[in-house]
Amino acid sequence: MQRIGVFVCHCGSNIAATVDVKKVVEMALLEPGVVHAEDYQYMCSEAGQAKIAAAIREKHLTGIVVCSCSPRMHETTFRKAAERAGLNPYMVEIANIREHCSWIHKDMEEATKKAVILARAAIAKVNLNTPLKPGESRVTKRALVIGGGIAGIQTALDIADAGYEVDIVEKTPSIGGRMSQLDKTFPTLDCSACILTPKMVEAAAHEKIKIYTYSEVEKVSGFVGDFTVDIRKKARSVDMDKCTGCGVCQEKCPSRKTPSEFNRGLNTRSAIYTPFAQAIPNVPVIDREHCIKFQTGKCGVCAKVCQAGAIDYGQKDEIVTEKYGAIVVATGFDTIKLDNYDEYAYSQSKDVITSLELERIMNAAGPTKGHLERLSDGKAPKEMVFIQCVGSRCSDNRGKSYCSKICCMYTAKHAMLIRDKYPDVNVTVFYIDVRTPGKNFDEFYRRAVEQYGVNYIKGQVGKVAPQPDGRLLVQASDLLDNRQIKMEADMVVLATAIEPNPDVRKIATMLTASIDTNNFLTEAHAKLRPVESPTAGIFLSGVCQGPKDIPETVEQAGAAAVKAIGLLAKDKLLTNPCTAQSDILLCNGCSTCANVCPYGAITYEDKEVNDHGIRETRRVAVVNSALCQGCGACTVACPSGAMDLQGFSNRQIIAEVDAICR
Amino acid sequence: MQKLIDRIRELLADGTVARVLGWRTGDLPYNPEPAYFECEEELQDFVYNGFCGANLSKYMIEASRLEGKTLVCLKPCDTYSFNQLLKEHRVDREKAYIIGVGCKGKLDIEKIKKQGIKGIESISGAEIEEAAESLTIQTIYGEKTCAYKDAMLERCHVCKGKEHQIYDELIGDSSDTTDADRFAQVRRIEAMSPQEKFAFFQNELSKCIRCNACRNVCPACSCRKCVFDSTKFDSSQKANADSFEEKMFHIIRAFHVAGRCTDCGECSRVCPQGIPLHLFNRKFIKDINELYGEYQAGEDITADTPLTHFTFGDAEPSIVGERG
Amino acid sequence: MSIEKNEEFRPKIVAFCCNWCSYAGADLAGSSRLTYPADVKIIRVPCSCRVNPMFILRAFEKGADGVIMCGCHPGDCHYSTGNYYARRRMTLLFSMLDFIGVENGRTRVEWVSAAEGVKFSATMNEFVEKIYSLGKNVRLEDLRCRS
Repeated sequence: MQRIGVFVCHCGSNIAATVDVKKVVEMALLEPGVVHAEDYQYMCSEAGQAKIAAAIREKHLTGIVVCSCSPRMHETTFRKAAERAGLNPYMVEIANIREHCSWIHKDMEEATKKAVILARAAIAKVNLNTPLKPGESRVTKRALVIGGGIAGIQTALDIADAGYEVDIVEKTPSIGGRMSQLDKTFPTLDCSACILTPKMVEAAAHEKIKIYTYSEVEKVSGFVGDFTVDIRKKARSVDMDKCTGCGVCQEKCPSRKTPSEFNRGLNTRSAIYTPFAQAIPNVPVIDREHCIKFQTGKCGVCAKVCQAGAIDYGQKDEIVTEKYGAIVVATGFDTIKLDNYDEYAYSQSKDVITSLELERIMNAAGPTKGHLERLSDGKAPKEMVFIQCVGSRCSDNRGKSYCSKICCMYTAKHAMLIRDKYPDVNVTVFYIDVRTPGKNFDEFYRRAVEQYGVNYIKGQVGKVAPQPDGRLLVQASDLLDNRQIKMEADMVVLATAIEPNPDVRKIATMLTASIDTNNFLTEAHAKLRPVESPTAGIFLSGVCQGPKDIPETVEQAGAAAVKAIGLLAKDKLLTNPCTAQSDILLCNGCSTCANVCPYGAITYEDKEVNDHGIRETRRVAVVNSALCQGCGACTVACPSGAMDLQGFSNRQIIAEVDAICR
Repeated sequence: MQKLIDRIRELLADGTVARVLGWRTGDLPYNPEPAYFECEEELQDFVYNGFCGANLSKYMIEASRLEGKTLVCLKPCDTYSFNQLLKEHRVDREKAYIIGVGCKGKLDIEKIKKQGIKGIESISGAEIEEAAESLTIQTIYGEKTCAYKDAMLERCHVCKGKEHQIYDELIGDSSDTTDADRFAQVRRIEAMSPQEKFAFFQNELSKCIRCNACRNVCPACSCRKCVFDSTKFDSSQKANADSFEEKMFHIIRAFHVAGRCTDCGECSRVCPQGIPLHLFNRKFIKDINELYGEYQAGEDITADTPLTHFTFGDAEPSIVGERG
Repeated sequence: MSIEKNEEFRPKIVAFCCNWCSYAGADLAGSSRLTYPADVKIIRVPCSCRVNPMFILRAFEKGADGVIMCGCHPGDCHYSTGNYYARRRMTLLFSMLDFIGVENGRTRVEWVSAAEGVKFSATMNEFVEKIYSLGKNVRLEDLRCRS
């Protein structure tokens, strides 16, 4: 028989205001096995933990139930407290009477009744708990960073600087990401390439960093500390070792009609290409879909002009399998498709552009060599309109419900840069709110308004209509003056919402990392563990977790690196002891359990058994507890009930069911 | 039958097999029982006729542990069960010498008795040599006749087919007996109101005396120790566990064999209370076929079993309500 | 809520929630103070695939009026595939319960992510309302007692 102690937390007034904690104590004492029960203001505090420790020692408790907040919050706290007092940490159960009770119920009597039942269920369970001991698993001291934008580069650099090996896997032919497409950065207006390129070079030159560009993660198996990852290195058709990066092939390539991804389709590129001049590695790839040689078999110009003999049409995709201890996701973002926003005439006029396209237009290496001009006729605009929140903060399901966070600032930047370089151009910004929290951000915005005379109008644009003369009629409402506005513009720039890179869904599935309805990766705790995924060993860097500007991305990249380093610095990890176990006497050896195990943790062995005096060799299931993650799929698949899950055994769960239904 | 006995004799004599698993004449003309035969003399009691409904595949679990090969006579439907056991590593193919025996439909004495035929002394027409259209039954009240088809087990009317799924050799002819829709009864119940459904099953299951005959005969219930006999699912109060087990026995049993049950129909055949237990299994089979694609347990031992596989686009559980 | 509460009848409702998504979703509902009736009691399981049909039958036999199981959205299972197995198991179990006359409304599966506190609360409100409308579940307790 267990000797159980029950500890009921007031959580200040969080619990005690709705749950009669004294009553819970009183009722708990009536439950079988309970020899001690008390309540306290804050069980998680030092004093609260000391009470638990004292009771464990004095009353020789064999199990405890803490009625408090969610086990996701303080289970570890209480387990550690129990362990310090000499009790096996797995003899602790939590009854969640805060999140699942006091916070959602208003009526004291009802909430108290429910709290008593939740406590009763936890007591019933702990009565059947057994002491468990965690196993150990090794840590591969190498990290994988998925995505080679500023987030991935920064994370990789930080991990590498701490002395650990890092691999970066980047889908496109070069690292650099979105930041490489930007012209200037707010709030200091320094050139994006000027601050990014040195980091790219540093990463490429770092002896601890290996970069796989034009590569994708194909398969992930294993678990924290011991992931095995298949990386597909797509065929570049160019020998990385031989290529000197002279660029002649790109000049001579006769296929030049492919829209340039880097310039957002505003101009074209050759079929053999490097995305941009500062690309790293400076080795082109052949876009086989648009290459004449690959499509028709007749061409081969690049191979002819390549002095180094680097062109290799026969190259094949290659799968590299590597082991990692930690994985950082830094897959970044893209702008949303504007199909749902036809009223802004994006698909009808070349002069309606997204902000990211404007970045390319303003960039000296962009499609217009940095001259601000209309893409339709090459004329310099006189009147420019910026529309904010296109697809952001959307209450219907046309766009995104969240704020994309970066648009207010980059629009101020664009407006300022245009007014600075072309003082004769009028700039009007239609906004819902201008959000500029951040160091030197509001000052930056005010400069745009006060110093550069940008015309900010609070109001929404209803329609952008291309006129026969090629200008754009903008119909909007001014919410402050309460009037309708009709104005003609030469160019309209849409502050298009950003969304996580669509590939992140596939990656999240491979990593078993959870993802929210907007495809942002979920953090382990919104406030306290913002750079960790709930899946152990997976860390989040940059916009894949939520909208961020560059400084925030770099901050988070560093934070993710520190978390990864913290993991890599360990030699061994303690494994979750709540794993499946097969009862050798009950096992039929039928293989059903192995069929449903996602980790390949179950194998079969011929074992000598002694079944009540009958000695024989039987085929039985054996669980590798280092591989088992404790999902329990096998326990239900097992027809004989031989497979059971420690910590969540059949008997424990049934006891909870009984306690609730009693 | 003579051909079968001759061959068995031969295989036993030349040492190919160490024993024979077949049917032995019972104390009544209609209750032959599964038996091992280890020598020539014992074979005198060997019988194979229309009343040999018992599925012998489950006995092969035990026989697989014995020294030497065991000759086992399997009807077409029994071979599905054997295959399923093979898939689950419960029987050893190397230890079995399978003679696939012909089947012309098996008989149900209850069906004969239901026609008012009592006091039975002997029955002719049940021997498999002749393709008898009718049975001639000598009773203490005189001679009675009964059409063979009318005396057949329910399962034979919805037979899966007379092709053996696994065998070493075949002896004897079979004839097709399928003349009913396998899922007709299930559909009839599905169409009932919740009250009617419950009343139907409450009526049937209340007859259960928990004799465990269904479990003991079921080739899918091949666990070394049944969950109902182990303490793994007990709560602290054994009394509660008992009532749970009592009430839920058949539902849990059906779930345990779901996706593994070949629909051999033995459960209903052996139930002393005549509970149509096969309906539970067939309901699962029907659902599996409809939701996850046609699946026959024991047909292809390399096939993916429905409950240990999935597709990303599987129906949501809400389909149960949506189907009506 | 537009539930007409019968003074006598307070349903017993068991909710199995997977640790990674739905339990966290329930926590979020709590920290967001999104109310739902106290009739719902949550049992934490590592994954929806840990839910043995026996637990659900057990709950019904012990007097539960409704059982709901919540797990990660298909494709988002913390253990990759657990909820896919759970989906098949629950579909077949619910169909069987329906077959023996336990109203389909008493069983439900809902996929709730850690971010869906609102959905968790809304689902529970809806489910409890449904159970109120169905009334007390007596069937499984009496399955083998012909009256």
